Amino acid sequence: MSLHTPARTLPPSGETPASDDGTTPRGGITGVTARSRILVTGLLVAAAGYFLLPVYWLAVASTKSTGDLFGSFGLWFSHPRFLSNLREVVTYDDAIYLRWAANSLLYAGVGAAVATLLAAMSGYALAKFSFTGRDTIFNIVLGGVLIPATALALPMYLLFSKAGLANTYWAVLLPSFVSPFGVYLCRIYAAASIPDELLEAARIDGAGEVRIFTVVALRIMTPALVTIFLFQFVGIWNNYFLPLVMLSDSKLYPITLGLTSWQSFADRQPQLYQLTVGGAFVSVVPLMIAMVTLQRFWRSGLTEGSVKG
Amino acid sequence: MATRAPRRRRNLAPFAFVAPFLLLFLLAFALPIGYAVHQSVMDVEYTGALGLGGSHTVFVALDNYSDALSDHAFLRSIGRVLLFAAVQVPVMVALSAGLALLLDSASARGVRFFRAAFFLPYGVPGVIASILWGFLYVPGVSPLVDGMRHLGVSVDLLGGNTVLWSIANIVTWEFAGYNVLVLVAQLRTIPAELYEAARIDGASAWATVRYVKLPLLRPALILTTVFTIIGTLQLFAEPLVLKPVSSSIDSAYTPNLSAYNEAFTNDNYHLAAAEAVLLALAAFVLSFGFLRLINKRGGDA
Repeated sequence: MSLHTPARTLPPSGETPASDDGTTPRGGITGVTARSRILVTGLLVAAAGYFLLPVYWLAVASTKSTGDLFGSFGLWFSHPRFLSNLREVVTYDDAIYLRWAANSLLYAGVGAAVATLLAAMSGYALAKFSFTGRDTIFNIVLGGVLIPATALALPMYLLFSKAGLANTYWAVLLPSFVSPFGVYLCRIYAAASIPDELLEAARIDGAGEVRIFTVVALRIMTPALVTIFLFQFVGIWNNYFLPLVMLSDSKLYPITLGLTSWQSFADRQPQLYQLTVGGAFVSVVPLMIAMVTLQRFWRSGLTEGSVKG
Repeated sequence: MATRAPRRRRNLAPFAFVAPFLLLFLLAFALPIGYAVHQSVMDVEYTGALGLGGSHTVFVALDNYSDALSDHAFLRSIGRVLLFAAVQVPVMVALSAGLALLLDSASARGVRFFRAAFFLPYGVPGVIASILWGFLYVPGVSPLVDGMRHLGVSVDLLGGNTVLWSIANIVTWEFAGYNVLVLVAQLRTIPAELYEAARIDGASAWATVRYVKLPLLRPALILTTVFTIIGTLQLFAEPLVLKPVSSSIDSAYTPNLSAYNEAFTNDNYHLAAAEAVLLALAAFVLSFGFLRLINKRGGDA
């Protein structure tokens, strides 16, 4: 297939290991002095210390008893008891924590998957078809990127409660299906990477539009779709305001809302401080591992977005 | 990008592809905005003695807006986020650009590790980051505050003059690594020939940064700035979580917090709607204003 593959117009999503670990000098300046190396490394280490310190504190704190949480030095271990803490976190209040975790997975997983598919469909259509209203639609969607999500949540709650949707899974899922930024990225990516000739050829072969989209377009757009999925997944997972406004039944809470509800009761029930810290640690670890291992996917689509932005 | 004029039988296809998204966009964006605007020009009027004769909703034009804009607490909250943005946006952009340039420099080692370390906090939800940093701010629990005290320096990270910057620190911690990632990705798209040309011209490392890298980072820096502005105006979770440990944070600390409290504590949806509309307008004006300013400057360059 004579595709003008994305690799030509986009940076490859996987980097060459040589430049990635820094063994090949970047920036074209070959004469690297020892002094500049020490200076640069020192600054990078200091920055890493800043970004990692709270995570380290959390890891240490999650192994402590409630008493040690307040009574021992924060940056070192004291009578580590991580497993019994973990058991308390997952069993407390009829294992409500596990339910919150499952809810978060549902909101973020289903929300991001649907949002990605819808963004792919509209981005593809906006890039590859000319039709009346195309630019108007795109501009409105772009405007949507600039609207603060929190300004929308209040009126949306009022509308949803009239429709009987408030305090249901749908209240969080429906808004999560919409990613204006995803449409924007998909349009740019589709315009740059899907050749018109390929679509024409498929049409001449008698393929229907749906088939062309699922077989040809989706496959070519995959790198951008992975980026959008991750973006939306983390966005929904980390969201707090929307579920806070929409949900009153704690059985529907995602982890963020659940943990803050524990924290707000901790004044009266000090055991909850430890549960909040332990629960925060447990919820943060899988996401952080996923972020770091999937790092390269965050870049491919984003660069393209910002180049044209 | 120009597509050939589609044949008639295909005319419906693009609409079918766009329709599901547009429908939901209408539901989650257009309708709420329209409804907020509608709510913001209405109010509840009570009749009879002590308002016991019942209530009905009446059109009050811009009364809610003038109420919001003459409320000192709300005005102070706007001033506060503007001050916050004036400091936070440049700090965030400069820090992210600085770290990205360091990672991209020829002297950098272990780039993969550092980039991952910087990016890690992006996976921590804002509320959890705030709970975390809250522990690091409270005297008696925080190893930082207590460590400083041992050195004879007493710091109050939750006081009236400092807590705003303690919040700024949380926001920077959460998002700087993500911005670094975007900027590094952009730097990697700079073609090798440009560096080659700079080298042949005898440009120093600093000159390469100034005349090659920074100009090419411009689009990514603009994007970063706009997102930082929008994010800053929405400030909500961080002050809400720190509220119990800092007496300096009240229920109208930020415009968002104020709107939330008007709606859910005071049951004043109409005033809350006006505040939400004002917030959205401010985000629009500031981000478009910034983009216009940039485009004007760009025209001269």
